[in-house]
Amino acid sequence: MSTVRYTKEHEWIRIDGDAAVIGITVFAQDQLGDIVFVDLPEVGRHVEKGKEAGVVESVKAASEVYAPATGDVTATNAALADDPAMVNKDPTGEGWFYKLKLADPKELDALMDEAAYTAFTASLT
Amino acid sequence: MAENTLARTPLYALHQSLGAKLTAFAGYDMPVQYPAGIIAEHLHTRTKASLFDVSHMGQVRLAGPDIAAKFEKLVPADVIGLADGRVRYTMFTNDRGGILDDLMVAKDGDVLRLVVNAGCKDADLAHMRDRLGVDAVTYFDQDALLALQGPQAASVLSRLAPDIDAMAFMSAAAVTLDGIACIVTRSGYTGEDGYEISVPGAMAEQLARRLLAEPEVAPAGLGARDTLRLEAGLCLYGSDIDETTTVIEANLAWTIQPRRRAEGGFAGAAVIQRELAEGPKRRRVGIKPEGRQIARGHTDIVDADGVVIGHVTSGGFGPSIEGAIAMGYVDTAHAKIGTDLGLQVRGATRPAQVAKLPFVPHRYFSSPVSGQP
Repeated sequence: MSTVRYTKEHEWIRIDGDAAVIGITVFAQDQLGDIVFVDLPEVGRHVEKGKEAGVVESVKAASEVYAPATGDVTATNAALADDPAMVNKDPTGEGWFYKLKLADPKELDALMDEAAYTAFTASLT
Repeated sequence: MAENTLARTPLYALHQSLGAKLTAFAGYDMPVQYPAGIIAEHLHTRTKASLFDVSHMGQVRLAGPDIAAKFEKLVPADVIGLADGRVRYTMFTNDRGGILDDLMVAKDGDVLRLVVNAGCKDADLAHMRDRLGVDAVTYFDQDALLALQGPQAASVLSRLAPDIDAMAFMSAAAVTLDGIACIVTRSGYTGEDGYEISVPGAMAEQLARRLLAEPEVAPAGLGARDTLRLEAGLCLYGSDIDETTTVIEANLAWTIQPRRRAEGGFAGAAVIQRELAEGPKRRRVGIKPEGRQIARGHTDIVDADGVVIGHVTSGGFGPSIEGAIAMGYVDTAHAKIGTDLGLQVRGATRPAQVAKLPFVPHRYFSSPVSGQP
């Protein structure tokens, strides 16, 4: 049974044991507008919670993507190289960014659940 | 709250009703995009016709004895020789040959009509009042400016004014549209055929809704305006040109007609004449990064040895190109089309080449050749 958590930087992380999938939220892609390039971390790279792990470029601007948790990158979504607009079309599904082997699943306890994130985004608009 | 201090154009309520995303631009609350999104709005403009609100720009009328001759002291274009009803692109220069603003000037009998940039209009008005006299300068802050741009703009607008599709590119005319007295120029900032329509602010929404009711027309925001002008190789003031870039460095020598090159008589003429003769030290060029990685403004440009030889001034994604495009300044030795460049993006050097401008060919209207020998 997987759980999903959210960051204030508008990443989502879907957790199943010590494996996790990461992407950006519906709110984030809507704010960014048309996404034209995604720079993802290489497989094998160690990323630290809260540190930059990639960049997403929309027509308007470049935005850094932060790691929601510490761990090692086990896979990246290669389909985004040819079709970055997938992040707009399906940000929580086919538009995922990368997968992590978590160093410490307890790190996720501090992140928002869906209700908290929904309230958070409502406070921004 | 800063938002409360933003000015609104006469089309603000229309933008809201169309679902626009609004953003602060040059002191105005302006639509950056509508629900279709920047890429869709861009492609619509290249294939059909888009309506842009550019009412934030400054519309100015200059009048008085010998106004064209007096105005020529501020700009390097031939304004005395500009025919009645014609429009020219030029710029206010400073004593170093740098650019205070770029603008359009139309000749209307004894009167000159200007369109200047929103972010520069206060300084431009002060400059003109200082040099031309307060009485010579009238600022139309109540008028709106609409741009109808795209290959179907002429067929759309000719439904409202039958002869308007015969207007020459870079000409101006007083035209009644939907019962409203307007001043129309055949010009734009997209590289496509199109018109800019000056309309009294109180009538602007009526005309905008009339145009949007045509099946070919969709609204487009400042986001698409920027990607369209970048593909068309057109300068954005404050990014590609400013007080530190000369007219010649900016590759805008084509805007200086022969009499002005020979005679000078405008601010910065000595610098500009010297650069015309000897060539500038650096030059604005098109830049094509390899792949989809975008290089934005202020990105350093390096040569094969890693030495910085310039910087990007505008960079983004070209929806019609389906790739990254940019413009910037490089030392003249590196300005030849095809020269390999490196772009320093987030700590890595990415390959790019100097590219021919425009990235997308201009498709301005040209009048059919007459049958006269």
